[in-house]
Amino acid sequence: MSEIKVDRLTKIFGKRPKQAVKYLEENKSKDEILDLTGMTVGVNQASFEVDDGEVFVIMGLSGSGKSTLVRMLNRLIQPTSGDVWLGDENIAKMNKDQLRKVRREKMSMVFQNFALLPHKSILKNAEYGLEIQGIDKDEREKSAREALELVGLGGYMDKYPSELSGGMQQRVGLARALANDPDILLMDEAFSALDPLIRKDMQDELMDLQQRVHKTIIFITHDLDEALRIGDRIALMKDGSIVQIGTAEEILMDPANDYVERFVEDVDLAKVLTASHVMKRAETVTADRGPNVALRLMKENGVSTIYVVDKKHRLLGYVTADQAAAAAKKGQGLEDILTNDIPKVHPDTLLNDIFEPMAEDKAPLSVVDDTGKLVGIVVRGAIIGALAGNDEVLNGNGGEETNG
Amino acid sequence: MDNSGTLFPKLPLAEWIESFVDFLTDSLSVVFDSISAVLEFINENIVMLLEFVPPLLLIIIVALIAWWVVNWKLGLFALIGLGLINNLGYWPETIETSVLVIVSVAVSMIIGIPIGIWMSQKGAVQAVVTPILDFMQTMPAFVYLIPAVVFFSLGTVPGVVATIIFSMPPTVRLTNLGIRQVDEELIEASNAFGSSTGQRLGKVQIPLAMPTIMAGINQTIMLSLSMVVIASMVGAPGLGTVVYRAVTQVAIGPGFEGGLSLVILAMLFDRITQGANKN
Repeated sequence: MSEIKVDRLTKIFGKRPKQAVKYLEENKSKDEILDLTGMTVGVNQASFEVDDGEVFVIMGLSGSGKSTLVRMLNRLIQPTSGDVWLGDENIAKMNKDQLRKVRREKMSMVFQNFALLPHKSILKNAEYGLEIQGIDKDEREKSAREALELVGLGGYMDKYPSELSGGMQQRVGLARALANDPDILLMDEAFSALDPLIRKDMQDELMDLQQRVHKTIIFITHDLDEALRIGDRIALMKDGSIVQIGTAEEILMDPANDYVERFVEDVDLAKVLTASHVMKRAETVTADRGPNVALRLMKENGVSTIYVVDKKHRLLGYVTADQAAAAAKKGQGLEDILTNDIPKVHPDTLLNDIFEPMAEDKAPLSVVDDTGKLVGIVVRGAIIGALAGNDEVLNGNGGEETNG
Repeated sequence: MDNSGTLFPKLPLAEWIESFVDFLTDSLSVVFDSISAVLEFINENIVMLLEFVPPLLLIIIVALIAWWVVNWKLGLFALIGLGLINNLGYWPETIETSVLVIVSVAVSMIIGIPIGIWMSQKGAVQAVVTPILDFMQTMPAFVYLIPAVVFFSLGTVPGVVATIIFSMPPTVRLTNLGIRQVDEELIEASNAFGSSTGQRLGKVQIPLAMPTIMAGINQTIMLSLSMVVIASMVGAPGLGTVVYRAVTQVAIGPGFEGGLSLVILAMLFDRITQGANKN
C-alpha cells in the first residue's frame, strides 16, 4: 500500500512563479529559467510514491532541492504546484486546521541540527508534540518516557539538551518525533551533523528501531553511503529534479544517466554488495547417505568438499574427499566424520563483514538463512572479482564454476 | 536665506501641527483626562505607600533584594548608597523619582512588549513601526514636553508620558529582535509538530527571546532615568527638580548631590535588572 504519493511537486522561488512553472512544463532547464525570469527552481516536478513501512531516501548534493522537497511534504514550505497525497487527502491543498492535524498526528520531523528546545528538559522536549495537542500531563509524560526508553535515553530525562552529546541530542529529536506515534517520519539530514562513527551507530539504531516501530520513513541525506545503508529505495536528485529512483542495487548496477554513474563510481562496493550477490550453489548431500555417495557426488562435480545437510536442507557441516574415503573404509556414517564448526554468514551480510569469517577457515564460507538452510557458499575468487567491479561474478550474470 | 515669496513658500507645518493638537485636545479631552487621572492615582498611591515606610527599613529591604538577586556586594552598595542619599536629605525626592521610573517602565512594558511581538510576526507592522520608533528616539526629548503639557497640564503625569515616549523604543525593538533571532530550525520544529501561532510564541519564541527582551527593558529603565531631569521642567517632582533648580541657580554643591543620588539610583536599577535577567 502506498502511504504517500507525490505528484509533480514543484517549488519556484521568485515573484511570478506561474511563468516559471510554464517553462518547466516546456522542459526548460533550471539555468534557462533563471536566465529568462530571474527565478530559482527549487524542486522541479518531483513525483514518487512511498510505501507503508518503507525507508525512502532522498539523496542529493547541497542545492539539489532535497530539503525543499521534504519541507513541502509537511508544508513548512508552500509548494508552487503539484500534489502530496496522504491516503485520499491532498496535503498541498489543505487548509490550516487540516494541515495542523496532519502535522500533529500523522507526520513528525527530525532535524539536522536537532532543533531541541534549550530551555526545556529532555523529557519536556520529548513531550513537545503531545503538549501542543493538549494531551494531559500524565499521559504525555508516559508516552514521552516510552519514546525516550526506546531510543536508549531512559536515564537522561531531567537533563537539558546542552548537557548531551550530539548523538544523544539527535536521539531526543527522534524520541520527540516518535512520541506522537506518527505514521510518517521525515528525517532531514538527521545524522549529517554527527561525526562518522556516531553516524554509523545511529544508522544501525535507526534500522533496529524501524524493525520495532515500522514507520514510513522519508530520509534526506547528501551521503551516498548512508543512503545505500538505510534506504529500501533511493531517489537521487540533481538541480531540483529526481534523476533516478530505485533500490541501492539498481542505482549502483544500472545508473540512469552519466550523472548517477559519476556519483556512484566511488562507492565502496564492499559496503553495498552482500553475500547473496556473490554466493554460488553448494554441492550437498543429505546426512543419511553414506560416505560413498558423498565421494561419488564430489567426483561427478569435480569438487573436493561437500556440504552435509539434513532433510530440510539445514546445514550440518562439510566433509572433504579425504575424510569421506577414510570413513568409507572404516564403515562410518557421514555424521560421524563431518566438520561442523564452520563459519556461516547470512545472505544479507555485507562483503565488508565477510572478510573476517572468511579468514578463519580455508573452506568456502557457507551462507545460511534464518531457518538454518544452506542457500549457497562464497569462494574467495568471487569476492575479489566482485570488488574489482567484475559484473560477471554477480548473481544473475552467471558465476564461476570452481568450488573450494 | 529668505524663502518667502519664492517658488516654494514655506510649508505651514507648525500651524498644521498646532491645529492638529488643538483638535486632539478638544475632541479627546475625556481620554486624556482619564489617562491623567489613572496615572496620577497610581503614582500618588505608590509614593504615599513608600513614604509611609521608614527610610531605613526600605533601604534594608532594597539591600536584601540586591543581595538576593545579584550578590552581597551589590547589597552592601545599596545599603551605603541609599544611606548616603538619606543622609543628604534627598529621600522623598528619590522615592518620587523611583516611582516615576517604575510607572513609566511598567507602562512601556505593557504597551511595548505586545507591539514588539506583533512586529516580529508581521513584516508590514515592522515596516510601519520602525520609523515611528526612530522618530520617538531621535526627536529631542524636550519636544515631547510641549504636547505632554498641552494634553496633561503640569505635574507628574506629563513627566511620565514624556518619559514613556522617550524610553519605550528599546523594549519594542529588542522584543522584536529577540523573537526574530530565535533559530529558524526551532521555529520549523515548532511548526512541524503542529503548533498554533500562540503556542509557537508562548512555548518557543518568547521564552528563548527573554534575555533579549530583558535587555530591552533594562535599556528602557536607563533611558527613563535619563529623562528625570527633563521631566522636572514640567513639574514632575523628584531628584530631577533638585538638579534642575541647581542648574538655574548655578549651585554646584546641591547640583552634585542631586546628580550623585541619581547615579546611585541608576546603578541600582541597572544591576538589579541585569541580575534578574541572568537568573
